[in-house]
Amino acid sequence: MQPKPPSNPGRRKFLIAATSIVGAGAVIGAAIPFLAAFNPSERAKAAGAPAKVDISKLGKGEMMIVEWRGIPIYIIRHTEQSLLILNRNLSRLSDPHSEENQQPDYAKNPNRSIREDVVVLEAVCTHLSCAPKFYPESGTTNFDSDWQGGFFCPCHGSKFDLIGRVYSGVPAPTNLSIPPHYYESEHVLVIGEDGEIT
Amino acid sequence: MFTKLLNWVDDRFPFTDTWERHLSKYPAPIGQNFWYLAGVLMVVVLVIQLISGIWLLMSYEATVEEAFASIQYIMRDVDYGWIIRYMHTTGSSMFFLLIYLHMFRGLLYGSYQKPRELLWILGWFTYIILVAEGFTGYVLPWGQMSFWAAQVIMSLFGSIPFIGEELLTWIRGDYMISGITLGRLFAFHVVLLPLALIAVVFVHIIALHEVGSNNPEGIDVKKHVDEDGVPLDTVPFFPYDVMKDIFAIGVFLIIFCFIIFFFPDGGGYLIEYVNYEEANNLITPEHIVPAWYYTPYYAMLRAITFPIGPLTAKFLGFVIMTAGMVIIAFVPWLDRSPVKSIRYKGMYSKLALCGLVVSFFVLGYLGMIRPNPLRTALAQVFTALYFAYFLLMPFYTKYEKCKTVPDRIKLQ
Repeated sequence: MQPKPPSNPGRRKFLIAATSIVGAGAVIGAAIPFLAAFNPSERAKAAGAPAKVDISKLGKGEMMIVEWRGIPIYIIRHTEQSLLILNRNLSRLSDPHSEENQQPDYAKNPNRSIREDVVVLEAVCTHLSCAPKFYPESGTTNFDSDWQGGFFCPCHGSKFDLIGRVYSGVPAPTNLSIPPHYYESEHVLVIGEDGEIT
Repeated sequence: MFTKLLNWVDDRFPFTDTWERHLSKYPAPIGQNFWYLAGVLMVVVLVIQLISGIWLLMSYEATVEEAFASIQYIMRDVDYGWIIRYMHTTGSSMFFLLIYLHMFRGLLYGSYQKPRELLWILGWFTYIILVAEGFTGYVLPWGQMSFWAAQVIMSLFGSIPFIGEELLTWIRGDYMISGITLGRLFAFHVVLLPLALIAVVFVHIIALHEVGSNNPEGIDVKKHVDEDGVPLDTVPFFPYDVMKDIFAIGVFLIIFCFIIFFFPDGGGYLIEYVNYEEANNLITPEHIVPAWYYTPYYAMLRAITFPIGPLTAKFLGFVIMTAGMVIIAFVPWLDRSPVKSIRYKGMYSKLALCGLVVSFFVLGYLGMIRPNPLRTALAQVFTALYFAYFLLMPFYTKYEKCKTVPDRIKLQ
């Protein structure tokens, strides 16, 4: 037996449309918790709290690695000599004056730092997020014939100078990021927060 | 007694019907060759992966603290744990080897042509799910390569203009790859993706049995049927094809066991040596390489070193790499040839297919070694060659001279 055609097609159409819309709304509503659960949890955010570092033991020409939000942070104290050669090969850099927004305003200066002799960098290659390696010695290396000291990314060959400025012609598009940071005292560096007075 | 039981079941479930439709009366074309074995072997590998995976799951712990140690625990303390893990690692490489052979077979004999377009697409989905399965599984041992491969591949999403950074944090669930990321990749690897894979493989086989198998001649066997409507150039799948398949499975398992027993690392290709070191989020290994089955696409990613307009090189690399996988799905509509099999296609098609194979191998090799300017240039050339196979297909298949396809399959 064939079902009878609906006696009131207009009403049926309206009901189907209304049910579909309400149903779609319910699906969207139900999707929210599943999508939101992918966001960083409160614990992950808390673990992302600022990190305090004592840099009194950091010698000239040395680098220390600390962790903030799971990201490796490089802190380097320059030698007098490395400060001198910083601006020697600006022509090989793709953004020598840090025009790209890769640093807080207080680090947008020739040394990309608050203190002239100490630079703080996120060791996350701006290409595909490997941690670039520190090659402070200048001279000939197997990846550069006239190396001025800096960082070389082992993954895809990106090069950065001693204050994280990217060389041109490498896969990384921008300079290394500088995290928000300030000095609580002469030797205590806080990473992950802008200072009160900047 | 047995007949009575069968009748009882058949009244409630189409058992005999299913058996006949998919096995004892399924018409398999005669003249199928070596290339037609990959499919059934993949079913075997799927079963191996499921069973070994379930057993690994009993001892594995998906936390940053325990993941690496639990793998060592499986390898050393669980009775026969090593063999179960080696089955799983070898199985994953075998799965990819077989699916690449299977896809090549499709291209070789035009198995994607009408009416098998949907079959091809379903197969393509299994490949994509497998890619995701391989990636998520690779991260679970939480070695150095696990960690940094995850870091590199996931940060690709960060290159998407405007939304990239937020999207990346959302995908990772953290500001860096962490235990949270591990947890979600684990859930995908052991629940979501296997379920999807089994479902798509099932639909793939149903679709195959609807349209029927192709053959190396690319001849439509349904054109000549006997009085019962059974194609003349076919044999019943059971027992004829099944016997042949069982022999192939035997040979395959001998090779499989040989690898597990004597060569489980595969010289660093099946299990990479860097992964014997626990993940360290502060130090990147000297040289990052993905598993061998991704290296052709990884080489494409690295080949793009130039930005175009506002789009960064890294985003374009991501696009090209993705396009390299996606374009395969469109082959049924790119091929305009009146014939299916390469045996009857013209010279251009043969050259193009050779070009594809060569570029696939060269890119695969380039993806494994360190880049330098010469290698990057080579990768660019072969990426172009890879895409030429697909993008020029509508032209070279249309304007070449094909041979006439015979009416019936003739066995030598």
